[in-house]
Amino acid sequence: MSAVVQPGSLGALTEAVRSVPRLHPTGAGTKPRLVATDATRLDLTGLSGILEYDPGEFTFTALAGTPVREVVAALAEKGQYLPFDPVQVEVGSTIGGLIASGISGPGRLRYGGVRDFILGVRMVDGSGRLLRFGGKVVKNAAGFDVPKFLVGSLGRFGVIAEATFKVFPRPEARRTLRLSVPSLSAALEVADVLGRSRFDPEAIDLLPDDGGLLVRLAGPEAALEALAADLLQRHPGERLPEAMASGHWHRLSEFTWRSAGDALCKIPCHRAGVVPLDRALRETGARVHWSAGFNVAFVSLPSPARDGGALEHLSGRLTEWGLTALTLDGQAPLLWGARPERRIERAVKHALDPDDRFPGLST
Amino acid sequence: MGNILPHRLAGVLPPERWLTRPVELAAYESDALTAFRTRPVAVAVPETTDEVIALVRACHEARIPFVARGSGTSLSGGSLPVSDGIVITLNRLNRILRIDPAQRIAVVEPGVINTQVSVAAAAHGLYYAPDPSSQTICTIGGNVAFNSGGAHCLKTGMTANHVLGLKVVLATGEVVSWGGDSRERVGPDWCGLFTGNEGLFGIALEITLQLLPKAEAVHTVLAGYRSLEAAGNAVAAVIGSGLLPAAMEIMDALALEAARAAVHADYPPGCEAVLIVELEGPRETVAVERARLDQILASSSAVGIRPARDAVERLAIWKGRKSAFSAVGRLSPDYIVQDGVVPRQRLGEALRRIDMMGREAGIRVANVFHAGDGNLHPLILFDGRQPGALERAEVLAGRILRMCLEMGGSITGEHGIGVEKSAFLPEMFGTDEIEVMRRIRAAFDPLEISNPGKMFPDGTAPSLQHRGPHPLERAGLLSRE
Repeated sequence: MSAVVQPGSLGALTEAVRSVPRLHPTGAGTKPRLVATDATRLDLTGLSGILEYDPGEFTFTALAGTPVREVVAALAEKGQYLPFDPVQVEVGSTIGGLIASGISGPGRLRYGGVRDFILGVRMVDGSGRLLRFGGKVVKNAAGFDVPKFLVGSLGRFGVIAEATFKVFPRPEARRTLRLSVPSLSAALEVADVLGRSRFDPEAIDLLPDDGGLLVRLAGPEAALEALAADLLQRHPGERLPEAMASGHWHRLSEFTWRSAGDALCKIPCHRAGVVPLDRALRETGARVHWSAGFNVAFVSLPSPARDGGALEHLSGRLTEWGLTALTLDGQAPLLWGARPERRIERAVKHALDPDDRFPGLST
Repeated sequence: MGNILPHRLAGVLPPERWLTRPVELAAYESDALTAFRTRPVAVAVPETTDEVIALVRACHEARIPFVARGSGTSLSGGSLPVSDGIVITLNRLNRILRIDPAQRIAVVEPGVINTQVSVAAAAHGLYYAPDPSSQTICTIGGNVAFNSGGAHCLKTGMTANHVLGLKVVLATGEVVSWGGDSRERVGPDWCGLFTGNEGLFGIALEITLQLLPKAEAVHTVLAGYRSLEAAGNAVAAVIGSGLLPAAMEIMDALALEAARAAVHADYPPGCEAVLIVELEGPRETVAVERARLDQILASSSAVGIRPARDAVERLAIWKGRKSAFSAVGRLSPDYIVQDGVVPRQRLGEALRRIDMMGREAGIRVANVFHAGDGNLHPLILFDGRQPGALERAEVLAGRILRMCLEMGGSITGEHGIGVEKSAFLPEMFGTDEIEVMRRIRAAFDPLEISNPGKMFPDGTAPSLQHRGPHPLERAGLLSRE
């Protein structure tokens, strides 16, 4: 177990960055692999709280250690939400972790993911300077978009101290339909049609273990019933009762469907890559949740798949297809598959963290 | 060619694809920010990405600055040439390389015109969402460089929200690819960092754009008000109702006068401001939301409410709105378009203060703005032939930008900083932030040859501080007519 520092103020945060030679920012630790390095853990959970929230502006600003749960509750109270279904809310994931991990849930299909809702950050660079990038208004094109760059940066380029997000009014109602799909390719065809249809679904996700294709519609209650009926006429399936529907979505966004002891990985993919990737993963005994209209696979990877040459083999296939995996939890490399080493990555890392105070992307 | 440009650079293209005569260069001296003009040494007209890469590498080798340019519609001087450098015009790289209807993406070259993407995608029921007013001429390459917005940002976001993948030649001549066909990614968001770089990192060669399904139903309504404030109150009521309109735009009296003159737009008599609201979605959803919107507008103090009854009427509403900038040209020989952002709820206050500042300065200001985003577009009218008029207009523009910052907003919502607002960067960001942004720029472009003089104040490019002959001229490598 590495050492821990827990700053209780922004001043203490910059002081910690200046005084500790090797640091790794962490939040609630809900994605342990992202912070599995031997650097001193810079625990940000002491920097918690919503600093500004004005529903009329569609924006909020919160400290990095704020549990996403708190934000979600505050927004819900005013009829607003983060449309991308933030993940691991229940287990305490933080705003900083949301950004650094860059993980979005099923709802990212309709309006975009974390990257599409972040507006601004305050961050501490490797020299211990507190910096502000982006803005606090819903539209801003001034300066380089460092806030977007930090989405998925895995704590390797700086410490997120505070962030401002855009939010949307929450749709009045939702309907989840489970469509019967006999095969993966049938599911893909339905997703293709729905993706270009009039229905404008919020989410299209394939449940693990052949559990069916979930389609979620959102909008005014008075419109949803007609939409759902029309959709079911074209694609056979059923309306799920609200409790069952939210149970499914909850299981997906909290990753509780993952098998105990398995690693959890995220693999972004595209239409043409879905069938081969799915086959390759299943061959290793992995279980897969296809999310966001088949744009990303969340994978429960059993230990045999990670033993010996198995992972190396799988990683080789991914490289061949130009796909990259990120391990969120469990023993597997942080990033595997296609992983071109680039001068520019090192150069930008050096610009933000000249003394390599934070770990690199290869650890 | 060899007597004007270093041999290696000149040799990249056949002589007929280098423009060097003053008459040819004149068209490239400025973009849509016409107050600034600089004549470049030459204009390169590449036709392939390989030629662009070779040009950038030769510029890097000879340390010659270059400015990439699409259709030259930047309102912030984003493609203003530098006098000791070349312009690389990308209009001939205008191929749509691939449309994948199942993945809902388009892969395009940088010179593709914004609307052409939607035209090509239409057969699949898809479209490309960002819609700057100049969309019928501006290019995707320019949209990416400046993170262009448009009237529909409220719901669908800006260019950065639609760029999934990029193949780029960095200013060092390296070619890198980021992202891809997927809407998701792992690792830091390089496409996000590149979009809006204002040309300081390099040139985008291939851009993967996400396409959205065309909404089944669209409802556009125009409401006239006796005052800007009344129109602003209606916006607040719509926002407060929980509706998420695709667009909410306001035009003031002077902008209406211009649109009437230019495109014969017709507005309710007696109105001093017009609000345009657009809803879109499945027909059942739009029907419900429309009823709600009708109610809100009916209880606002509108003097006339005109829902578009069909696509023709909808287009007419948008034509009036999108022509507003150029239409103002009929009211005044010259104007500056501002692009500040204020918190949405302070729009009314901001407009009152702009009005007051305009009166104080004796300058007319027309207002057209994205009310849903708090993104103002004051058009500051002046006559450039009158001595000191441009300077007075710039002083007023500066006061407006400072007001936006004071209110917690931004100096630019969608036009970028360019040369126009570079002096204001230090008012929005601190010394440390600017230093870090310079370091990031240096990671991509250590020689500062890619679009120098933009975004950063006081000319980070040696070329802009430079007076007298260029070092290459002194060395006998370069000469001019």
